[in-house]
Amino acid sequence: MLRVENLTVKFPSRFGDVTAVEKMMMAIAPGEIHGLVGESGAGKSTVGAAIIGLLQPPGYISDGTLMLGDTDLRSLDRYQAHALRGKRISMIFQDPQTSLNPLMTVQDQLVETIQAHEDISTSDAQARAVDLLEEMGIKNAATRMRSYPHQFSGGMRQRVVIALALCTNPELIIADEPTTALDVAVQSQVLDLIRELANVRKVGFMLITHDIGVIAQIADTVTVMRRGKLIENGSTAQVLGSPTHAYTKQLMDAVPPLDRKIDRFRVPADEDGLVAGQGKGDKAEAWLLAGAKEDAVGLTLNDVTVTFPGTRTSIWRKPDPYVALENITFDVRPGSIMGIVGESGSGKSTLAKTLTGLIKPASGTMTLGGGALPGGRARARKHASRQLIQMVFQDPYSSLNSRHRVGTILAEPLWLYGLVADKDARRALCMDMLNLVGMAPETIDKFPHQFSGGQRQRIAVARALLARPKILICDEPTSALDVSIQAQLLNLLKDLQSAFGLTILFISHNLSVVRQMSDDVVVLRNGRIQEIGPSEQLYENPSADYTKMLLSLTPVMPKDWKLG
Amino acid sequence: MVYFIAKRLIQSVFVMLAVAFLAFSLFRFVGDPITQMTGVETSVADQDRLREELGLNDPFAYQFARFTGDLLKGDFGFSYRTRQPVAEMIATRIPATLELGIVALIISLVVGIPAGVYTALRPRGIATQAILMATLVGVSIPTFVIGIMLIFFFGVQLGWLPTFGRGGTVKLGGWETSFLTIDGWRALILPAFTLGVYQLTLTMRLVRAEMMEVMRSDYIRFATARGVPMNRLYFKHALANTMVPVITIIGLQFGGVIAFSIVTESVFQWPGMGLLFLESIRFVDIPVMGVYLVVIAFFFVLVNLIVDMLYVLIDPRLRIRDVS
Amino acid sequence: MLAFIKRYEGLWLFTRSPAVIIAAIVALVIIIGAVFAPWIAPINPYDLSSFSLTDGLLPPVWEEFGSEEFLLGTDDQGRDMISSILYGARLSLIIGVCAMTIATVLGVGLGLAAGYFGGRFDAIVMRIADIQLALPAILTALLIDGIARGVLPPEMQQNLRVTVLTIAIALSLWVNFARTARASTFVQMNKEYVQAALMQGQHPLRVMFVHILPNILGPLLVIMTVDLASAILLEATLSFLGIGLPADSPSLGTLIRIGMQFLLSGEWWILWIPTLFLVALVVSINVLGDFLRDVFNPRLR
Repeated sequence: MLRVENLTVKFPSRFGDVTAVEKMMMAIAPGEIHGLVGESGAGKSTVGAAIIGLLQPPGYISDGTLMLGDTDLRSLDRYQAHALRGKRISMIFQDPQTSLNPLMTVQDQLVETIQAHEDISTSDAQARAVDLLEEMGIKNAATRMRSYPHQFSGGMRQRVVIALALCTNPELIIADEPTTALDVAVQSQVLDLIRELANVRKVGFMLITHDIGVIAQIADTVTVMRRGKLIENGSTAQVLGSPTHAYTKQLMDAVPPLDRKIDRFRVPADEDGLVAGQGKGDKAEAWLLAGAKEDAVGLTLNDVTVTFPGTRTSIWRKPDPYVALENITFDVRPGSIMGIVGESGSGKSTLAKTLTGLIKPASGTMTLGGGALPGGRARARKHASRQLIQMVFQDPYSSLNSRHRVGTILAEPLWLYGLVADKDARRALCMDMLNLVGMAPETIDKFPHQFSGGQRQRIAVARALLARPKILICDEPTSALDVSIQAQLLNLLKDLQSAFGLTILFISHNLSVVRQMSDDVVVLRNGRIQEIGPSEQLYENPSADYTKMLLSLTPVMPKDWKLG
Repeated sequence: MVYFIAKRLIQSVFVMLAVAFLAFSLFRFVGDPITQMTGVETSVADQDRLREELGLNDPFAYQFARFTGDLLKGDFGFSYRTRQPVAEMIATRIPATLELGIVALIISLVVGIPAGVYTALRPRGIATQAILMATLVGVSIPTFVIGIMLIFFFGVQLGWLPTFGRGGTVKLGGWETSFLTIDGWRALILPAFTLGVYQLTLTMRLVRAEMMEVMRSDYIRFATARGVPMNRLYFKHALANTMVPVITIIGLQFGGVIAFSIVTESVFQWPGMGLLFLESIRFVDIPVMGVYLVVIAFFFVLVNLIVDMLYVLIDPRLRIRDVS
Repeated sequence: MLAFIKRYEGLWLFTRSPAVIIAAIVALVIIIGAVFAPWIAPINPYDLSSFSLTDGLLPPVWEEFGSEEFLLGTDDQGRDMISSILYGARLSLIIGVCAMTIATVLGVGLGLAAGYFGGRFDAIVMRIADIQLALPAILTALLIDGIARGVLPPEMQQNLRVTVLTIAIALSLWVNFARTARASTFVQMNKEYVQAALMQGQHPLRVMFVHILPNILGPLLVIMTVDLASAILLEATLSFLGIGLPADSPSLGTLIRIGMQFLLSGEWWILWIPTLFLVALVVSINVLGDFLRDVFNPRLR
């Protein structure tokens, strides 16, 4: 049905033409779910956009054949190409919230799409829309249709989006990261829906994603891309289970398994020739160890509750406060890694902010290694905990001030906490610390934007370490990173923890990653603790229903695929 | 939604009160009303008596309350310069300014919005570049220069249109209007155009920026991917969403129109409120200055309230609660 | 050299737009002329002895009766047009730049603080801004001027003209800065580097000025250019209305007002030459401002 050969896409820039996609090949049959997987910058979305003709200008297709059935897609003029969209090919995007026009009802959007391609009366179109929505799993479709997009929840919206893509019966749907923004349970339902549509309606799907688990769960065939080039393709079981190309093997090595805990990830050296975590940095290491004279420190939370004022909607009634965290109690053993797992809205970030003093709990107490830990404004700027608790944030692109040089960023904790008085000594220590985290010492004079996401996270780790903390809070530190970079960073964290006896709180929504890192785990849902216990025990024999559901619905690769 | 409206109402009242306070402070602290009103011949004793009678020795808060009360009743005091009731002076001038302002606003919207849409949808055309250049120049030329140039070309060189005054007006009840006679319109065109040009460029640039932003949004991409016809995309989807933020600015624009009317009225000797205000500044006629402030603020606040209501009507997210 | 230019996107774009280059040159020429006016102008128009009525109303050199001594002609008092314009531009620029600087410092400072502290302080600043928005710029400027007129004793009024004007214009422009700075600060407050600094316990002043301020400069720079143009226009308008600078120390606006008297009588240069200069100056500043806006917001290109 779809045949792509030798596709090459270029983007002109002031440095000459940049090749985003080079000699790409792909074939999709009716009813086939074809996964397109790769790390960020691989060009996956560009391939999808090129096929449907929605390339972001000034990008252009410089070479290749695109055949949909008997139609040569490249030979169509503007109007023919537009007529084809929706009728034969459709595309859905990652964020259901921004994909729908906020000013039009769902009904209007469905009806207009149907009528754009068929000569059919409004009432007939409406009836078809109702049927379609019910098929998607939206009950009471006839009434609900008349609502606006913002009145639907995230999962429901994505179903509306899929309905919109389907309502014209296209042959091929290009899905660009369709479930990345969704919770695990909702993701599972949407993936099942896609599988069913492919089986029953014989719609072909191009599933673009970076999540290998998703591919493993529903894709029939898969293509692996890297830097715009095709690396490997074939049936999913073969490519993921017994990959032939070295890059694919590396990729699969880096995927954290959900079913067991491994010691370290197998990673190749990155472009700098440095193997992460095995940098030199002896002086920094000695300095850190010197500060670790005292024993590792533990953290305790007792009945901590955090509320936010509710939004006012009525003049008469005062709004109920929104409870972000309720009666949180747990104990982090000194020198251990505590994993905190939860979906979006569970309160994970609120917990991190409360621990670091950015948010004040409404009730409850916190203790740091025996001494009381004041919350929010009560915590003075000079309080000892400011140094002892450090954090690595989620977004490497915003956690480092892009207007400061790396040296300035790194030196801040040193003079702030009076750890090193002499300016030159500070600089030397910073350069050594960069070595320790696997970065070249010249990094110190550069700006953050000159580095990739993974490198920036390492700088962030260096910054945290330079405060000589006892507790390191990692808030989704690898969620924004590619899977191979993630593996490197996780290795680094493991090594550092075992070398310096840090107590770590590792927060993530990714169950597999948490399993790899933690000794103990807390499962959060809607601000409450669902389950807490030693990591291996919790993963092997979960007691709470919620944990069981999370574990069963997380997409993973079937065990029988892996031969090696 | 009711809460939203109530909140805005309270804010508006607050702003009005603050402006009233400002105006009142003007009265009290700038110059001495008694000396302004009586001149040098009056004895000190008489002045003191006048002061007492007018209640100028009463506590501050009390005077402010009385001032506000008077304003609400429509009693605006007397002008230092002409001894006339300020209310009367302003009332005779309001129609001139309002008519000028409305026509200017209409010109700016009727030309500005389509121009903005066009330049947003065809960013690389020659016409677009020309329009953008023209608007850049339009924004940079002071209103009074535009006025002078128009007077020069159409009034002096070509002699087609009158260069000052309102021309033929018709009195409808208390409202003296220019709209009903050709003469009135001829006198209105040049000043309205002068006033409108600046607003026009602002509107156009705003619509263009917003529209380009909207055209990059995900829902437009998705609608394109679904094959929604181009025209419908541009107008029903893109334009409708663009209008939402644009409408807010129109409220502010009205303020600009009133402000710049001062200049335009000065150039064309148009007998409106702006000219009155200008004269009051020259003669430090505090009562007129103060009341003018309050009246302008009132119009401004009123227009913004209406704009907010419109906002609520158009954007369903404000009407119906967000479930997510 | 080419590689150097290509490295900085702004610089590269600059070399690609002829309009912007011309604007920059024009602006530069006028500004340099204005700054060095006392040294390069033929006469000093403020010095009453340097001109005489007998030289009055002479047309520019290329017309009949023009003389080489006065290349662009003279006005009714006999003052050389070139000198008047240079000194006039000087005054316009001084007032414009000072007003803009005051507005920037005041507006950015308040906006930053409002964004950082939020809560009550923010609410107060925003209410003040709301009130000021209800009174358009010209109004505020006129008001302040009127107040000054009423409050200051007459002898001091002349000397303080420039100061009053500058303050009046600055007070009508600060709101724009404040609102933009506040909005940008809100955005930055949610960024993780700010949270990192707060969490580490850094001093609020350091967080505001060392961390946040460098990151919000972009849009502020655009507003500074636009507001410089607005300030100059505002001053010209006030002078034109007769409330700004008087005829014996005229700015470009005053010159235009004087020139308007001669609109019908044929001495066109007294009106159009100052007008041309004013428009050229403001247009070039606006072109530069537009260019800056495009550099900082690539999506509008």
